[in-house]
Amino acid sequence: MKKVYAKEELCLNCHLCEVFCKTAHSLSKDVIKANKYEQPAPAARVKVYGDNKLSVAVNCRHCEEPKCVKACITGAMTKDKKTGIVSVNEEKCIGCMTCLAVCPFGCIQTGKFAVKCDLCRGEDEPACVKNCPNRALVYTDLGGAEV
Amino acid sequence: MAIDYIPRSFTIVRDKERCIDCGCCVRQCSNECHYFADDGKTVLADSQNCVACHRCVDLCPTHALRIEKYICDYRENANWTAQYQQEICRQADSGGTLLSAMGNPKPYPIYWDKILLNASQVTNPSIDPLREPMEIRTILGRKPERMTVEEKGKSTIKMPPQVVLETPIMFSAMSFGSISLNAQKSLAMAAKNLGTLFNTGEGGLHPDLEAYTDHAIVQVASGRFGVHKEYLNRSRYVEIKIGQGAKPGIGGHLPGEKVNVEVSNARMIPVGSDAISPAPHHDIYSIEDLRQLIWSIKQATDNTKPVCVKIAAVHNVAAIVSGCARAGADIIAIDGFRGGTGAAPTRIRDNVGIPIELALAAADQRLREEGIRSHVSLVAAGSFRCSADIVKAIALGADACYCASAPLIAMGCHMCRTCNTGKCNWGIATQRPELTKRLNPDIMHQRVENLITAWNHEIKEIMGGMGINSIDSLRGNRLMLRGIGLSEKELQILGIKHAGE
Amino acid sequence: MLKEGQIRIPSGCAIAGIIDRKGGLINGCEIIKSIALMHDRSNGLGGGFAAYGIYPEHKDEYAFHIFYDSAEAQKKCEEFLFKHFNVDEAERIPTKKIPAIKNGPDIWRYFARVNRVRMKNARLDESEYVMQCVTKVNDAFEGAYIFSSGKNMGCFKAVGYPEDVGEFYMLDKYDAYLWTAHGRFPTNTPGWWGGAHPFNVLDWSVVHNGEISSYDANRRYIEQFGYKCSMQTDTEVITYLFDHLIRHHGLPTNVAADVLTAPEWDEIDRMDAQKKEYFTNLRAIYSGALVNGPFSVILGSNKGLLAINDRLKLRSLTAATKGSRAYFASEESAIRVVCPDPEKVWSVSGADPVFVPLEINEKEDA
Repeated sequence: MKKVYAKEELCLNCHLCEVFCKTAHSLSKDVIKANKYEQPAPAARVKVYGDNKLSVAVNCRHCEEPKCVKACITGAMTKDKKTGIVSVNEEKCIGCMTCLAVCPFGCIQTGKFAVKCDLCRGEDEPACVKNCPNRALVYTDLGGAEV
Repeated sequence: MAIDYIPRSFTIVRDKERCIDCGCCVRQCSNECHYFADDGKTVLADSQNCVACHRCVDLCPTHALRIEKYICDYRENANWTAQYQQEICRQADSGGTLLSAMGNPKPYPIYWDKILLNASQVTNPSIDPLREPMEIRTILGRKPERMTVEEKGKSTIKMPPQVVLETPIMFSAMSFGSISLNAQKSLAMAAKNLGTLFNTGEGGLHPDLEAYTDHAIVQVASGRFGVHKEYLNRSRYVEIKIGQGAKPGIGGHLPGEKVNVEVSNARMIPVGSDAISPAPHHDIYSIEDLRQLIWSIKQATDNTKPVCVKIAAVHNVAAIVSGCARAGADIIAIDGFRGGTGAAPTRIRDNVGIPIELALAAADQRLREEGIRSHVSLVAAGSFRCSADIVKAIALGADACYCASAPLIAMGCHMCRTCNTGKCNWGIATQRPELTKRLNPDIMHQRVENLITAWNHEIKEIMGGMGINSIDSLRGNRLMLRGIGLSEKELQILGIKHAGE
Repeated sequence: MLKEGQIRIPSGCAIAGIIDRKGGLINGCEIIKSIALMHDRSNGLGGGFAAYGIYPEHKDEYAFHIFYDSAEAQKKCEEFLFKHFNVDEAERIPTKKIPAIKNGPDIWRYFARVNRVRMKNARLDESEYVMQCVTKVNDAFEGAYIFSSGKNMGCFKAVGYPEDVGEFYMLDKYDAYLWTAHGRFPTNTPGWWGGAHPFNVLDWSVVHNGEISSYDANRRYIEQFGYKCSMQTDTEVITYLFDHLIRHHGLPTNVAADVLTAPEWDEIDRMDAQKKEYFTNLRAIYSGALVNGPFSVILGSNKGLLAINDRLKLRSLTAATKGSRAYFASEESAIRVVCPDPEKVWSVSGADPVFVPLEINEKEDA
């Protein structure tokens, strides 16, 4: 499946992926409103770690056998058989964050519900990839077993 | 605190209504102008070190930033301008030579802007480049005096090595050291795809550029950094750099802090040592010495590479060019005084040399008077800002042009003219890994290619308007030019008529 | 106002040429008839003819045709001529007074051999010596203009329509194996007799229709080699290019034609290796001699006739053959008026120059 890959040798540590992830997952879809005014504030699904010398944007790997899906106590976390996308059903999620505890990459944000990357479902390219000024994030299929 | 005698140059204006405090500007500014307040959230700015490189402006996701000229008036004085006063203060501080980067910014006449181009009307149809072939292929190298044939269709002449370019635009010398490897790589990739050449400068050839050696001009400069037999042979042609337009008569100095492992390998010098290029080549004190060096290079390359001699445009440029041609140079590059640089003494950059337009016109005319213009190729350098400048240069007599600043601007350079600080926020004129990674060759080679492709289109369009479908017929075709607002003397040197004549 | 020769003036035109490759003679009436049909392509500001084989009794002597504006100019010029040449004959060229041709100069012709002593002292070969003498007169002697300087050939030209010029010079009294003709349409000049075509130097004569957009590139190229484009006409520059390539560089006529109308790179890139090398070398060495812009040219010489067209075929030029004769004209009708049933008619293409060699010469050479 197509996934987002980060190239740390090109990562600028600008955090614009976070800004535009928030925007893409906001109600208004407006960069200023989403990042400044909207309540509840949308959360970024991608997070940049590191400093100017070495940084990398980390987001959900949509694992083949996701530990989070296995660990979810309510069945809110599922992996779509067709697309391979691992996502949270907010109606079922109780915010226990067991998923975060088992995620090897720490790619789930805390909140009222678990919040995680959904590859901007329906978009040709996730917002973080589209808005990376240095093409440090690429959305591509590097092979590997399909679901 | 010591008194700072010089007011800052710019003010960073932040539109608080738009700023989302994302901190992008904080992390991007290598001059540390932006910072977080004590709350760790609110972004503030201190404009003192701002160089107006626009990195923060261009990356700000909400377009909340603007750079303004900071105006702090001095009592008006046409002679003692603010700039001279500030430069004096800087020297009073440091006791050193003033250094500057990029080309001469002084308001000297720019003759390109005083030359107008011709177009066909009625007696001669203009040609539509979208419908008809329009040739800009350019061939550099020494040409024999005459062709010999066995019969029509069968050549019997053995040609000296020739360089075929698919555009008259090449990239001028910028060494690895003065610019980043990523920047050089972008130029190399673009050169390959465009069918033209990039120039290593005197920084040697980095192993990562092996794939592009067919599109490389390798330079032999006074420091001889990185020069060895394989280096000479891994090239399309070899350029002996005698001078540079931005600093005629001056050598070069790459400070030791820029000489990291990579730079040291390419230049064949110890890590951390200053790379000092002497003012002259210490084996060229005369034209006959130049002849020997040209000969040696031809021997080392088995006569497979044309040899170019690059000189700065100085007062008797025409005679020097003629001498170079007679000393065996196959290609002669003339670099005008507006040519760029990574660092040059300010006084030299701003006061030494002459404009490329006059130098080119004089040299081309001189070579023609001596009947040897057709034997050698002339390359003009020293600030081409657009395709029209290129067309004018070719009509004055150039075979091809070297461009450097324009492709740098395509890669993000904003002409902030602080290359010499090594803090280039766009990853161009720096060796700091956290900055050089900002320049992704995959993106930037495409932008450079786009630029030159666009210029090629424009050159073809202009040629078509003139009723010319081959650049060969534009070269030296000074009737296609008219001066505007120029004196008799200037027109005479340029060899053109005044508009209306 | 600057006169022609002081400023470059582009012009449009009609051209025509007839050659008998076996050396059979053609009367002047024929070429007049052909060019006259294209009356509307010229505007009465210049017409002319070149005729080869018209002076068989003087075939080893240079025939200088000269315009004089004054007796004083003639005196000066003759002084020079008599010093540098052994002149066998000097006479006014016979003309007929007709109303259409007026205000002309005095027109003389001289049959002369070079002064060998002077030539040797100048260390020049014969053609270079003659060429330099002609250039000297045309450049330095005001009021004198040598407009024809070949052997066994002559140019006849004037301000007027070409058919009137033919009548004026009584060309029906001349028979030649090769004729070229020209009717001129200069764009902005009162016309000058010297500015009419054909343009001639030594044995070369050029008639030309079109405007060369590469003029200054070509001029500045050719002036490197001792030529001076004093007339500032396109035709002059084409003549010099041919003279230089053929006489100085020893290229065959058809190779010289390839230099001027070299094929496009696209085409060269698709050629076989040998041709590709030939054209690449040609274009690399002679980039300054490539002629650009719309033109059709007929080059006459004692070797034969060469017809070339620009690379984009922006000017018309038709060719036809019948028996040993070949006909060329800007319009096909101008061929059919003198040769109603040609065996072959075609349009001369830009990439394919037509060279009709004179076969008698080859025999003589052999």
